Amino acid sequence: MTSLTLVRHIRAAPEIVFDAVTTADGIAHWWGPDAGPVLLSESDPRVGGKYRLRFRKLDDTEHECSGEFLVVDPPRRVVLTWRWTVGGADPGESRVEITLRAIGDGTELTFSHSLLQDESAARSHEGGWIGALRKLQAHFSRR
Amino acid sequence: MLRAAQDCEHAGKLTTHSVWLILSLMENRYKNLDRTFAALGDPTRRAIVGSLARRASASVSELAAPFAIKLPAVMKHLGVLDEAGLITRSKTGRVVTVRLRPETMREAMAWLQSQERFWSKRLDKLTAYAERKELEAQSRK
Repeated sequence: MTSLTLVRHIRAAPEIVFDAVTTADGIAHWWGPDAGPVLLSESDPRVGGKYRLRFRKLDDTEHECSGEFLVVDPPRRVVLTWRWTVGGADPGESRVEITLRAIGDGTELTFSHSLLQDESAARSHEGGWIGALRKLQAHFSRR
Repeated sequence: MLRAAQDCEHAGKLTTHSVWLILSLMENRYKNLDRTFAALGDPTRRAIVGSLARRASASVSELAAPFAIKLPAVMKHLGVLDEAGLITRSKTGRVVTVRLRPETMREAMAWLQSQERFWSKRLDKLTAYAERKELEAQSRK
């Protein structure tokens, strides 16, 4: 069901990374797209709890994204819904999953983002269209 | 979509009409993407696209050959792929030739790549922030 997976090695303990991912203060530090100010950051990191982040970009436009925590398993795993509520270009709700694993000097973070626009979109992720697209990309770039 | 946005910038301000224009263009674009991804959600259709990617064009019966399904079912899949803009069909006499339409696939890839950039930038910031926090925690010890 995954549409995008990214992995990062972070030189920090899983507990610290987990707080950065789930607390209002943490979210405010990385979720914004540029150096513009964060106008509001709220987070209630427990199952069913909500978060909301509003920021102003350097181009003076305001944006807000929000969602709900679906899984909160410190310091290992957090799953949340995510959507633009103001000023975003991407319609529909998506699902963000972050898993943390302690490694030698810190944490391996695996981030995955999948779309849940409708049943067929969810099914198509299961079908693994991203793999198909990647394979085909090589083909088309030859043309 | 980009051009519409640029035109608006040249005009110096966003009018209600230009905002509406951008939004409707975006909505169309996402509808197209939904259709593309939904079409690629089926394993038979992906196999058809994969087989077309290996050659310039194929007839319907050539495409149907590897599958244990009847020709009408294959025609139905081709219909979905055509609707999604992934293939074109042209008829010469009794033979229907099927070809891929790479631009639709490119658009889908471009969208995926923009998502990847978006989240990559955020994770870089998260990494920097968490590492700073770790250093702070260690210096307190």
